[in-house]
Parts: sequence; structure tokens; C-alpha cells
Amino acid sequence: MRYIPNTDSIVEEMLGEIGVDSVRALLRPIPDSLILDKPLDLPSAMSESDIVKHMAKITSLAGIHLSFLGGGYYDHLIPAAVKHIIGRSEFYTAYTPYQPEISQGTLQAIYEFQTMICQLTGMELANASMYDGASALAEAAIMAVRISKKKEIILPENIHPEYRETVKTYCRFLDIVIKEIPVGSDGRIDVKVLKENISADTAAVAVQNPNFFGVVEGLEEISAVIKDAGALFIGVVVEPVSLGILKPPGDFGADIVVGEGQAFGNPMNFGGPGVGFFASRDKYMRQMPGRLIGQTVDKNGKRGYVLTLSTREQHIRREKATSNICSNQSLCALAAAVHLSLLGKGGLKKVALLNLRLADYAKEKLGSVKGCKLRFSSQIFNEFVVELPIPAEEFSRRLLLEKNIVGGLPLGRFFKGMEKSLLVTLTEKISKEDIDTLTESLNGLLNGGGGQ
Amino acid sequence: MRENVGARGLIFNEPLIFDISREGRDGASIPDGVGLPEKKIESLLPKGSLRDDIEGFPSLSEVDVVRHFTRLSQWNYGLDGGFYPLGSCTMKYNPKINEDMASLPALNNLHPYAPEGLAQGALRIMYELSDYLAEISGLAKVSLQPSAGAQGEFAGILIIKNYFESIGEKRHKIIVPDSAHGTNPASSALCGYQVIEVKSGSDGLIDPAEIEKHMDDDVAAIMLTNPNTLGLFESQILKITEIIHKKGGLVYMDGANLNALMGIVKPADMGVDIMHFNLHKTFSTPHGGGGPGSGPVGVTKKIAPFLPTPVIVENNGNYSFQYGNKDSIGRLRAFYGNFGVMVKAYVYIRSMGGDGLKKASETAVVNANYIKEKLKGIYHLPYDRECMHECVFSDKIQGENDVSTLDIAKAIIDRGFHPPTIYFPLIVHGAIMMEPTETEGKETLDSFIEALKDIAAKAKEDPGSLKASPEKPKVGRLDETQAARNPKLRWRAGQKDG
Repeated sequence: MRYIPNTDSIVEEMLGEIGVDSVRALLRPIPDSLILDKPLDLPSAMSESDIVKHMAKITSLAGIHLSFLGGGYYDHLIPAAVKHIIGRSEFYTAYTPYQPEISQGTLQAIYEFQTMICQLTGMELANASMYDGASALAEAAIMAVRISKKKEIILPENIHPEYRETVKTYCRFLDIVIKEIPVGSDGRIDVKVLKENISADTAAVAVQNPNFFGVVEGLEEISAVIKDAGALFIGVVVEPVSLGILKPPGDFGADIVVGEGQAFGNPMNFGGPGVGFFASRDKYMRQMPGRLIGQTVDKNGKRGYVLTLSTREQHIRREKATSNICSNQSLCALAAAVHLSLLGKGGLKKVALLNLRLADYAKEKLGSVKGCKLRFSSQIFNEFVVELPIPAEEFSRRLLLEKNIVGGLPLGRFFKGMEKSLLVTLTEKISKEDIDTLTESLNGLLNGGGGQ
Repeated sequence: MRENVGARGLIFNEPLIFDISREGRDGASIPDGVGLPEKKIESLLPKGSLRDDIEGFPSLSEVDVVRHFTRLSQWNYGLDGGFYPLGSCTMKYNPKINEDMASLPALNNLHPYAPEGLAQGALRIMYELSDYLAEISGLAKVSLQPSAGAQGEFAGILIIKNYFESIGEKRHKIIVPDSAHGTNPASSALCGYQVIEVKSGSDGLIDPAEIEKHMDDDVAAIMLTNPNTLGLFESQILKITEIIHKKGGLVYMDGANLNALMGIVKPADMGVDIMHFNLHKTFSTPHGGGGPGSGPVGVTKKIAPFLPTPVIVENNGNYSFQYGNKDSIGRLRAFYGNFGVMVKAYVYIRSMGGDGLKKASETAVVNANYIKEKLKGIYHLPYDRECMHECVFSDKIQGENDVSTLDIAKAIIDRGFHPPTIYFPLIVHGAIMMEPTETEGKETLDSFIEALKDIAAKAKEDPGSLKASPEKPKVGRLDETQAARNPKLRWRAGQKDG
């Protein structure tokens, strides 16, 4: 076996030196009744070339198609350099940096990631990463309850539905009340509804911006309502490219900002791995979940980095830890840091602006197709909801079958009454011509071709 | 004696990326948006939402970025570079074909909401991988959703909680042995369970009598690790699980040490009802400097309805997601899990086959026992008996000369190896926990053993010299107290260091 250097004869030799005559002798502590008497029922070993053929065969259906999918994971351009950096085995084959002297590469890179997350979100500190945006939001809710000693979390319904589900799973047995509130007909948080629901019992309100419908929220007003009630403001950023052009939650007084960083450096990979991020204020430092990397010096006064404040963590505090998280998404955080470094200040702004312009153009084009209309009139970042004259699931099936286009995400599976709604997402991978193609196909399918 | 593998190379200094930034540089190619209408940005966004600047954010060329991170990478010790005997972490070789297959464009570019017709390959990989894990563990059903071991544990505890709720029982306690990983009590606490810590016996094993004493109608489950964190197989496991089951409790197994058992014992046969797997340990996927991992959770048939949502079902070779199972604990994250990691584990299992996995476990056990026998007497071995895939020493002998486990670990670095896990498990004072895995040859083990003997000799002759180590890496021992007392968790403009 190519991954096991010790051949049978070497194993024999080693057993001799150990002083036993068989592997079974070493397994003596295992009761006989437990030892398997037949081989595992698994496919037999494949050669490397057979694996390559097998994988090519089973993945061939994925094909190349024009896609307008988003809704939490985004198909952005990833510079070629990212893959080469995270493909360096000094990075990807290393363990968690528990031995800092020989882990300075990971430690400094993630310290840079922490800094970039702070800069992007407008916050004071950030951790080394969480599993994903949804579980980061759940941890934020738990942290807010811990800080405020109150028990209620408000989640407007325009927060990603899978994020809300995740929060409910995490909080279910912690005696935390999750209050989901309906949103306005413009797709944004209805400030009146928020005021009616928020109270002195509210630990925190989470606000996703841009929200699940792609709509940009009015954070200033919302933040004021949250602060007035004495609750904590959790900002949620699921499409972080937006931070290149939108004022971050930190500028509006957010106490915690969480989100998904997949858009930076991490391919979609059917939903993971991406990278959850978690940022907060200095005053809440010791309430943070997850790993934190800090700067220090070595015995000669030379700058270096270590995992720090670990008395918050499970391996020290055990059942009293701020979270049970151990492994995080370090390599994905590295990918994000590399991608962000390549984009730089100017590039991030440029790419965000391009997303905005593409979405604006697409919104106008699709909104003017006969039979279609925009579900919400509000301003958006890079995705929007279009209302079709037929069920969106059926439309999507036909569009894929007839035109080889994935037109967007049908929202009926998430929201009652939105069976005809399609969430259409634009990134810099899409061109003006692609949008024209989608428009023509939409028109062709709905209106039998011809003009708009 | 073999030549010490630790040598010197040219190591570069490299500032923080923010300190090498130069306004105006850019490192990414971004399309121009040809043909799009020219509009004022302000007209496209709500008033007051346009950002003016990202303070301190760097600007660099592609060359700057590549060189920066390449230099950083050279300060890391990776498994491809050398032996990494971290106990409990199963740092086995990460096969390169796994990486290649996980970066197939057809998988990388697959959106989680892609129509199922386009995702058949991905769904099949997930479906088959859960089947393989079920076969290896003997459990009925496996969900791949948990992102890492700790989330797998959390899923498992939620399943336990929901199961008892479904049969109308309120149980409040979970038994956790004192040798357990810290995530075990932390995960239990997330579901509001009270943790009952049970002391290990003098032989390092769980004493069934101790369990009997604590087991009652208020205990929902025991969370154990087998082999345990001392690397010892819990010989009384059948008795222990029987005690738990008799009083209606469930048995959770932390699968961190599964690398000792594949093809040898099935956890379900030991009476395990729920376990998590660490694909990043047993199934060869890389640790990435701390993640991403993947921590699938497996269960018996009785509690399968409680698995996270969605589950994958197969119908005449057609795979699809199934939502809306009313007993499900819900979802633990967005989408379906760390799929990219699953692909690597899938390719690994297909490469190894059942026989290969068994060989892996057997060889891992031989390698650990070899190290244990060779270092016994030179280092204190608190539990002297056959070990499984790892062995635990302590610094008791070297401590007589004021040489600690930390000193030994740092001296190992200078000799060209990654140190073992130190100060864990907590029940061994000054623990040094070594897990060689099956992917190391005898020659590597021998040179590691030589290095350890050399350190033990130095500890006698010149203990002071060990306090200076490590001397070969870019930095020496770091001041962790200062890091915690005066936390500096980010760079800020105007701060120039190094």
C-alpha cells in the first residue's frame, strides 16, 4: 500500500522487537467477541488511474451552464494565485498552531485575516474563523445572551432561512427564545414591526445586510431602535463583497458582526468548506467563541504570534467554555486573506461596484419582460427577487432543459407565498451579454419569443 | 547514530502585509463591465450607505502577495515536511490524489442550490461516503453535515436530547470520564446537560463499578472514547455499555481514535449508539493549520430519525435531498457540510479498500507499540500495557532534573520533528502523547526514538541546555503570558512592528 511504508516483513521485524509474535497479540485487551471475523464490506481498493476515471465519470453531469445562483454562496472570480498559496503543503498539511515556534506562517496569516475582517466589518476585534456564517450567527446569539443575561433573540424573516434554522437548533436547549418577525412589503425590516417586538427582554436583534432578498437595509434607523431598547445589535454579512461599497455594520454601532467569507478565495464546493467570521468589540473580548491569535515577542524580543486568551476555550474551561468549537476553517480563512490581499482596497471596491452595476442592469432588463415584475422596489446590492407569472420551480426546470441556464433560486421552498419568486444573483463572472441571454430566454419561455 | 534531521535553511523575515502595502497597487484582474450603462453609484444605493474608505486595508501587486504568503508558509512545519506524532490528532499522510479530486472544476463550481440533476455526482459521493462510514462503524445511518468533530458531538448530544424528549423522559446528566477531550463536556453543556465526571481507574481504564455507581434514570448518556485518550482499549467496554443500556441510557463514542479500530472492531458491536467521525483524522484529509475538518455523526436505527436535516436518499440510482423529517434535530449550519473535505475522505476510502483500512489500523497499532517499547524506561510510562494507536509518557523521570514536558517538546523541534501532544490527557501529569500513525516507516520512528533518547541524555547531563530550545525555528519560545495580559489581536494603522 503506497501510504503505508512498513511492509509485512518490516512489521514482522518490529513485532519481534516489541516482543510479540503477531498483531493480534498487541490487540489482547480487545475481547475476542468483538474482533471482526469478516472483512469490511467496502469496495475493493482502486488504483489512482481508476479513481481519476471514476471521479470524472460520476461528476460529468455537472456540465457547464450559465448560472445566476446565489442566496448565501457566491460564484466570484478567484485569482489563480490563491490556489497556489493554499496549495503549499506547509500550510495545508499543518495542524492547529499549538506549537507556535514552528507555526508562525499560519499564525501571522490568520492574524492578518483577523485584521482584515475588522477592517471590512468596521469592528475592533475578530476571531480566527468559525465553521460558516450560519453557525457563527448561532454563536453570536448565544454570546449576546451571555453578555446581556436576557433570553430573547429577534430574527427578521429576511435573514437567510438556513441561518435562522441553525440558530434555532443551537439555542433550542439553552432556554433562549427565538422570535422571528415578518418584514415589510419592500423586503426590508419593517421598523414599526421591530419596535412592536423589541422590549427590555430582548438580548439582541440580528440584521442581515444586504438581506436574503438582496435588498440593502437602512442600518442607521434600525440600529437606533435596537440601541433605544437596550439590546445588542448583531450585524450579519452573507455576501461580504458588498463591504467593498457598503458602509459596514460596525459604522452603525454593531456589537457583533458575523458572516460568511466564502466569497473570498473559496470555491462553492457544493456548500462547503467556506469560512465563518466573527467580529466584536474589545469590551466583549473574553466572551468571544473560537480561537484568537495575538501578537507577542519571543525570549529575544522578536515579534511573533500565538493562540491566546485560551481560558475561554473548551480544552481549558471544558463545560464552562464560551463555545465547544475546536477545529475551525483555518485554511479557508487563509484563502480569504490571500484573495483579499490580491484585491486590495481598490480591487474590492471595483469588484463590488461591478456587482452592483450588473445587478442593476439585470434588474431593469428582467423587470421589463412581459409578465415579470420585481418583487421589491428597494435598492439592492448584487441579487434581487423577480416575480414570474408561473411557479419558479417549473420555470427553472424548463430554463435549464431548454436553454442550459440556471436562472436563479426559486424561493417557494423557503417562503410561503413566494412560489413564483426567483432570487437572481449577479457576480463579476457574469457579463452584460449573459444578462441579455437570460432576458431573451426568459422572454422566449414566457412569451414565446419576440421582443419584450 | 543517524544524522539529526533538523538542519538549517534560509528563512526570510517578512513584515505584516499591511506594512508592505503601497497605495495604488493592485493584484487582481477585474472585468471592466463593458457595455453596462454608466450610472452614478449614489443613485444605486440608499442614502448614507455608501462606504468611502476601508481604513488600513492593504494594496499590493500579485507578486507582493505571492511572495509574502510563500515566506510565511516557510515558517510552518507541515506533515509533508516531516513526522508529526501529535497524539489524538492522527496526523497521517494526506494523499495527493485526494487534493486533485477535490479540486475537480465540476465539484468546485457546483453551487449548493444547483438543481439536483446537476448535482448527482456530488450527491452520490455523499451518499456512498455515509454508507462506508456506516459499514466501518457498524451503525445504521450517518449524516455528513457536522463541520468538525465538536459539531458532530453537538449533533450527537442533540440527538440524545431529542430522543429522550420523544419518549417523554427528562434526563439531565451525561457521564464523561476524566480522560475525555475538552469538547465532550463543552458539547454536553450546549444542550443544558449537567456533566458528571467519572474518575479513571488506576489502570487508566473506566471502572464499570464507578459507572454503575453514577448510572441512574437521570443519566441520558455516557460520552466515551475508545481506545481512550491514553491509547488504551477499554477492555470492559461491553460491561460499561450494558450498565448504561440497562437503565435506558445511550452510549456516545468520540470517534477521535477510530484509526485504531478500522476493520478490527466495529463501535456498534461494543454497544455504541452514536458516534462522530473525524474525516480530518482517520480518513486522511489535511488539517489545514486548524481546519476545515468534517465530523460526520453516525447512529443506530432506533435514533436515525433524529439526524440533522436534510438527509440524502437514493431511488433507482437517482439521489436527492429529503427535508422535513419531523423528528430531525434541525440543521447545524447552512447547506450540507464541508463537502470538499468529504470528497477527500471518499477518495481515500476508495483508494484503500476495506483491507487497506484494516492494514492502516493494524500498522498504526504496531508503530505506537514500537515507540512505546523503545522509549519505556527512558521516559516514564504511566500505564505499561499494550497500547492501541498511541501511547502516553510523562516527564516524571526528566522532572527530577527540572526538565519539563514543555522543555522536551521544544527540544524535539530542534531535532527536526513536530512535538507530540503535551499536557493531555489531563489525568497524566506532564503528559507526552505520541501517535505515529501508519504512514510512518520504521526508519522515521527510529530516528525519532534516537532524538528522544538524546534529549533524555541531555536532561541528565546538561538540563539547562534544553531550556534554550527551540533554537532553530524563526522565533524562540514566545511570551504567552504577555499575549494574554496585553492582548494585541489585530494590526492598526500607525503601528509598526518587527
